[in-house]
Amino acid sequence: MINTDTLHKIANLARLEFEPADEAKLLADLNKILDWVAMLQEVNTEGVEPLIHLSEEVNVFRADVVQNQIEREKALWNAPQKDEEYFKVPKVLDI
Amino acid sequence: MYSAFRDIRQALFENRLTCVDLVKYYLQNIENQADLNVFLSVYAEEALAQAHLIDQKIQNQTAGRLAGMVIGLKDVICYQNHPLQGGSKILNGFVSQFSATVVERLLAEDAIIIGRQNCDEFAMGSSNENSAFGVVRNAADKNRVPGGSSGGSAVAVQANMCLASLGSDTGGSVRQPAAFCGLVGLKPTYSRISRYGLVAYASSFDCIGIITQNVEDNALLLEIIAGGDAFDSTVSFRAVPKYSQSLNFSQKPKIAYLREAVESAGLSEAVRVHTRQKLDFLRQAGYVVEAVDFPLIKYILPTYYILTTAEASSNLARFDGVRYGYRSPQAQDLRNMYVRSRQEGFGAEVQRRIMLGTFVLSADYYDAYYTKAQKVRRLIQEATNEIFKKYDFLVMPTTPRTAFEIGALTGDPIQMYLEDLFTVQANLVGKPAISIPNGVDEKGLPIGFQIMADSFQEADLLAFANYLAQ
Repeated sequence: MINTDTLHKIANLARLEFEPADEAKLLADLNKILDWVAMLQEVNTEGVEPLIHLSEEVNVFRADVVQNQIEREKALWNAPQKDEEYFKVPKVLDI
Repeated sequence: MYSAFRDIRQALFENRLTCVDLVKYYLQNIENQADLNVFLSVYAEEALAQAHLIDQKIQNQTAGRLAGMVIGLKDVICYQNHPLQGGSKILNGFVSQFSATVVERLLAEDAIIIGRQNCDEFAMGSSNENSAFGVVRNAADKNRVPGGSSGGSAVAVQANMCLASLGSDTGGSVRQPAAFCGLVGLKPTYSRISRYGLVAYASSFDCIGIITQNVEDNALLLEIIAGGDAFDSTVSFRAVPKYSQSLNFSQKPKIAYLREAVESAGLSEAVRVHTRQKLDFLRQAGYVVEAVDFPLIKYILPTYYILTTAEASSNLARFDGVRYGYRSPQAQDLRNMYVRSRQEGFGAEVQRRIMLGTFVLSADYYDAYYTKAQKVRRLIQEATNEIFKKYDFLVMPTTPRTAFEIGALTGDPIQMYLEDLFTVQANLVGKPAISIPNGVDEKGLPIGFQIMADSFQEADLLAFANYLAQ
């Protein structure tokens, strides 16, 4: 079960934040879902390898050819804030 | 008008129809049915200009194989110089810098792209009620959902706004809306179609899928968009068969159905009756049709939700307000910018799944949830493989019931998740599955019938679906 402390810890890891008024509902939803998925503990998985990749392709290599697929101006065109060359973010360091 | 590409081609090449007429017809339907809330962008002028060019190509006999095919794209597939938002506010203002491989392949064969279709935010949903742009309505009954997450893509085909749509299917997002709207929806084998240019939700599940009025059109589109791609290291490089030319089915396959699915108490009466009728039809036609038990069925959805939320929490970390999309105007410092942008940009269901995914991947719970689910996934895959050692196809209803009313399930996430009970298995094990129409219930709402085949057996799957759909 998740409590409010864990909720805050997880939210911090996910870079999310919730209004105190919404926390109770979210907590209830998450606990209900976790309670439901807990049924997997019934399954005997001793000696079973986790299934991680579904594609049968392995180590797909291609030549490392420089193609310059996107010009700087284009790469920047969706930026919320930018100058001629860079993405801009709020000040990170106080010097 | 026309519901089959074959008829459109014939009319075009006999000069009874032009691509311009065709595009005007679809544009008119889009305009007249704006209340269904299907298209987020309509590329009217561009589609007409393209239609004009392709009409000339037809006259010059240089037209590609998809000349006359008017297609819509779910709002998760990149189309260069066109907007893309994944149904989310967090991508406000985003314009794609490149086209998905599937889009390049459609355009190379002279398909016309008519617009961008509404969907659940980042393809998370079973009813199209999670879109930042509002709910899509089912054309069979406007008070009901079209299914999701490719709901707009399904209704566009259902309501004659285009001939076909490309969607994405992570747990049933193409097949379930196809079933709710009386259409053919295909999720191919995992890795059959390049995902370059598809917005990622859960990368070990995501597939691009195809929604059409009939199996033949679906087969043709798969044939054109499937296959190797240097831009997607997960895509299969197996040769792509000519699916559209092997649709005449003459074999006598062995068919299994999931006893737990057909006898499930959660099935509506109409779905049960129509599914049984289909099975009886197959028996009478001389096929071997046998029930198989699948005791792991109840673990399918919990496994799916642990793994997809984990993958989603990682994939959606890229939306941070730095390089594209929404940035909160209230951001004071860097950390605050991430948090505010994500909190204000993502909808409630997406936030819930990111939270769940972050939790199951966190150090203390990783083994208990994430690794455990990966192990159960292998057991489900092995059990499914066993079925395909003995049988050619596994059939079941696509959904437990027909389209439900808007708002009926929004209060209860688990009830909503249960809508995907029959479609999720194919994604968990990476196998191809198709939903075909199977009549309507007492309210006139479409019922879907799902056929699953072994990996890379799309040619047989489509041929069998074509036989059953007729």
